[in-house]
Amino acid sequence: MAIIRDIMPAFELFQPANTDDALALVAKHGKDAWVMAGGLDTFDWLKDRIKRPKVVVDLSQVKELAGIRPWNGGLEIGAMTTLTDVVRHPVVREKFSILATGAEAAASPQIRNQGTLGGNVSQDARCWYYRGGWNCYRAGGNTCYADTPTAINREHAILNADRCVAVNPSDSAPALIALDAQMVIRSSKGERVLNAEDYFVGPDIDIMHMNVLRPGDLLTAIRIPAAWAGTHFYFEKVRDRNVWDFPLVNVASAAVFSGDRIERIRIAVNGVAARPLRLKQVEDAVTGKPRNEATAQLGGHLAIQGAEPLRYNGYKVPLLRNLVKRAIRGVEEPKWVS
Amino acid sequence: MEDVNHPEATPRKFTRRDVIKGVIAGGAVSSAGYLFRASTVGAQVSAPGSVDRLITLNVNGQQRRVDVMKQETLATTLRYKLGLTGTKLGCDRSECGCCTVLLDDVPHYSCSILTHTARDKKIVTIEGLATADGKLHPVQQGVIDEQGFQCAFCMSGFIMATVGYLKANPNPTRAELAHGISGNLCRCQDYDKILTAMMRGAELSRRA
Repeated sequence: MAIIRDIMPAFELFQPANTDDALALVAKHGKDAWVMAGGLDTFDWLKDRIKRPKVVVDLSQVKELAGIRPWNGGLEIGAMTTLTDVVRHPVVREKFSILATGAEAAASPQIRNQGTLGGNVSQDARCWYYRGGWNCYRAGGNTCYADTPTAINREHAILNADRCVAVNPSDSAPALIALDAQMVIRSSKGERVLNAEDYFVGPDIDIMHMNVLRPGDLLTAIRIPAAWAGTHFYFEKVRDRNVWDFPLVNVASAAVFSGDRIERIRIAVNGVAARPLRLKQVEDAVTGKPRNEATAQLGGHLAIQGAEPLRYNGYKVPLLRNLVKRAIRGVEEPKWVS
Repeated sequence: MEDVNHPEATPRKFTRRDVIKGVIAGGAVSSAGYLFRASTVGAQVSAPGSVDRLITLNVNGQQRRVDVMKQETLATTLRYKLGLTGTKLGCDRSECGCCTVLLDDVPHYSCSILTHTARDKKIVTIEGLATADGKLHPVQQGVIDEQGFQCAFCMSGFIMATVGYLKANPNPTRAELAHGISGNLCRCQDYDKILTAMMRGAELSRRA
């Protein structure tokens, strides 16, 4: 893909100042409107001329969509809150530190200063064939270029692939699923609230979208319930380089232990499928069991059930298994930070 | 207006100067639109959220009037409209950090933000760090003291990222600063000396 260094093709720009104006704009322009949050995902598409929206609705001026407020003992985080603001928020750090860790693991400092939590969870797949403008399934075509005998696919899916083998690249998404967060979606027709794990869709449901948002919808807020506040968290992201990189695999878990026993636990992983996966089967299997190596082995083994690696991503199978093991039994050594 | 710009469509009585004046006056009227938003006339013409072409940016403490396209990034405006070429364009994909500027004291990649989004923010580029009498910013002085860079194409980005980071954490450890400015790349692989220079800059900043 040649890198083009001149100015993006023209589009009509709207920068509404409040949510109602934003909703009216996305309702009016429907499919023609490209909703932009921080813009870090958007500009790659537009600069490469692969997506050519007629209208860009930039939410950066909608102040009411940014900010973190108390909500039912937990927090309501505006979708346009930057990752840096999430990471630095005292209540996030104190009670929901896994979200701070996940958000801090994303991208680079400058990107976190501008990229938003809503944008991070809603970003598109990073499959380089799709990003390169190939007419693949996800782009509306009828081929997957990443799943051919000669394809370079070391960063692609090992689970739940259906024609498309792209993965979801978000670092905050598994943390939100582990915290049992809710996504607040508004359109001009009203508001709906979904569990975080139901916000994402795989290619079996909709091969051209990563989440449930449709033209006219805006993700306005993310609610973190009090249920998992201050519990025992584990987050780990494995990637090729310390900064910028998307996860090869990441894992997030929230757990409550009573003595030696796992009383309740939520585990989510990302980078292995087209949507972040909540590992319900692992949660069910290890709940009530002692927190030890044997339980971790069981959980790790269950996590990789059904894994179908491609030519170059077989390493993700043991990686996923071991990360899930770590999330269950914890690690002794201090966590490695970039 | 577009027809007027084609010479063959321009009636003889219009001179080039008239056309230019007309464009400027038209821009001034449209940019003054916010003054009339409360009135019925203004409400009819401007859809909510639509943006003006002529805007005022606060760059390095100055109010700069500039004509920007809707799809224009801040890096383009700074370099090619305002002549502030100290801000470099490396990758144009938020992957290298050369274009880092401060918006309200926070480091951003200027290649990856629309100029219109920076409209109400205080923009500081590398040209705005030194004082009016030419005294360098402590971080700039640190670079000179420690000879921190090799080719220095990435330098203005590193300095802006450091200045921004020091506003949030004025007394970082070397590891903290390395993490804080990890959004910048140096192709000369001169990171160790750069960090030394930036740590020196942090020390000078605290003394200043």
